[in-house]
Amino acid sequence: MIRLRHRVEKGDFRLDGDIEIPDTGGTGVFGESGSGKTTLLRCIAGLEGGGAAVHERNVGFVFQQPTLFPHLDVGRNIAYGARRAKTRRMETDRVAAMLGIGGLLDRYPQSLSGGEVQRVAIAAALLRSPDIVLMDEPLASLDRPRKDELLPYIDRLHDELSIPVVYVSHDIGEISRLCDHLVLLSRGRVEANGSLFEVLARADSPLLTGRNAGVVLWATPVDHEDGLTRFDLADGDIWVPGEFETSRNPVRLRIAASDVSIARERAAQTTILNVLRATVEDVRTVDAAISIVRLRLGNQVVLAQVTNRSVRRLALNPGDRVFAQVKSVTVRR
Amino acid sequence: MNALGPLWLSVQLAFVTMLILVAAGTPIAWWLSRTRSRWKPLAQAIVAMPIVLPPTVLGFYLLILLGPDGAIGSWWVRLTGDALTFSFTGLVVASCIYSLPFAVQPLQNAFEALPDPYLERAWTLGATKLDAFFSIAVPLSVRGFVSGAVLSFAHTLGEFGVVLMVGGNIPGETRVVSIAIYDHVETLNYAAAHRLSLLLLAFAFVVLVGMFAFDRRWSAR
Repeated sequence: MIRLRHRVEKGDFRLDGDIEIPDTGGTGVFGESGSGKTTLLRCIAGLEGGGAAVHERNVGFVFQQPTLFPHLDVGRNIAYGARRAKTRRMETDRVAAMLGIGGLLDRYPQSLSGGEVQRVAIAAALLRSPDIVLMDEPLASLDRPRKDELLPYIDRLHDELSIPVVYVSHDIGEISRLCDHLVLLSRGRVEANGSLFEVLARADSPLLTGRNAGVVLWATPVDHEDGLTRFDLADGDIWVPGEFETSRNPVRLRIAASDVSIARERAAQTTILNVLRATVEDVRTVDAAISIVRLRLGNQVVLAQVTNRSVRRLALNPGDRVFAQVKSVTVRR
Repeated sequence: MNALGPLWLSVQLAFVTMLILVAAGTPIAWWLSRTRSRWKPLAQAIVAMPIVLPPTVLGFYLLILLGPDGAIGSWWVRLTGDALTFSFTGLVVASCIYSLPFAVQPLQNAFEALPDPYLERAWTLGATKLDAFFSIAVPLSVRGFVSGAVLSFAHTLGEFGVVLMVGGNIPGETRVVSIAIYDHVETLNYAAAHRLSLLLLAFAFVVLVGMFAFDRRWSAR
């Protein structure tokens, strides 16, 4: 575990962060704008908050706005940090291949797309051979196609590197895809800090109700039929459009609470493919109209966002056996 | 050669002044471009004063300051045994003050145009502040350096009032080209005045065309 302790005051904003994160894999820092996510990251890097100088802290930083040095070509841009690294643990060829920038080395930043610039920026940060990589909403300034282009590369970092990555975002979907650990930040305070699966399933933070409510669960892609992929979940199957590579190893599925509805009986005729047996574990009222219901499926959990009226009409109580109808699923890869 | 002596002296003076001003103006311009100090307007005003002041006023105060009894002049006399006024060294000192804004302002503009993320990125990639300055800020501010150097050189070359006040008219020492032209006109030697004036006119034009052409090529990149 790595312990990060930061306290900083800016006007009437106060950041009080004392968190422990795993020393491998991705940690997502989630919060609304103004919650102090970026400030926390900049404090870790030494760009704010005092302490040791930035260059003495061995951090790799990926900025929200894709930035490269315009007077250097890609090759010299990624060599900038490598030349100044105290110890070199990264090989240029490997990092360039990992981020798919091998063919760009002679190009200048002005001729690259936003997604390419961000990939080069990540490569430069990695070649510094940092002890920790800090990413400040690296996808936020990109449009949807560029995001989809860049995501798999960031995804791959976690598998191929043993460096911890702290990933700041206001998009819980991105974090669900990229991270295993989750820190919730609200007005400069740490609201929750734990494994992604647990924190998401707890659904007890105001940050994770409403449109951000949802869970991540593990399922094994077993076969294909009618252009769909069947994922084996402990207590049933989930069908997802698209032919995903089958494997013995479970992959991550994200299911948003707004895509899950509840039925007392299995509907005979419905367009919803994924109907799973579940047990009501908890009903939490969010506001005057909406509740979040936690449903247990074997050893995993899904959340359903339903109206209070439906809760009353179905008389939902903990322990009830119900059917979870899942309308849409996002597959990590 | 004798006729071109003053021109050569002017070029020497302008060149030395340019070197000193680019070196000394860089940290001043850097500080002005980054500081949030409340003293910034004051510092900016002091740097810009020579643009507004009549050269005779500046020259008058410099004469007092640099003279053998002045604060700087007396110290110089103790140090070297020579007076600063009516000497080439004195002219260099006066020119550095006179042309300071012409070096500092283009540099300051260039530094201010430099986006913060470039430097922050350099630091997170392991560069010290000084390293980041030389490897990132300087190459990205080339236009500012070229303008600052050219303008301080050209402005010193055209200096008249300040030189007259603190330098006088000593051949080979302080008789720069503008003084020589004035002299030639005074003695009704218009042919000689023409020769030098035309040379300066052509020089100033060529330098400015060169600078703007460089600027255009650079910004087209």
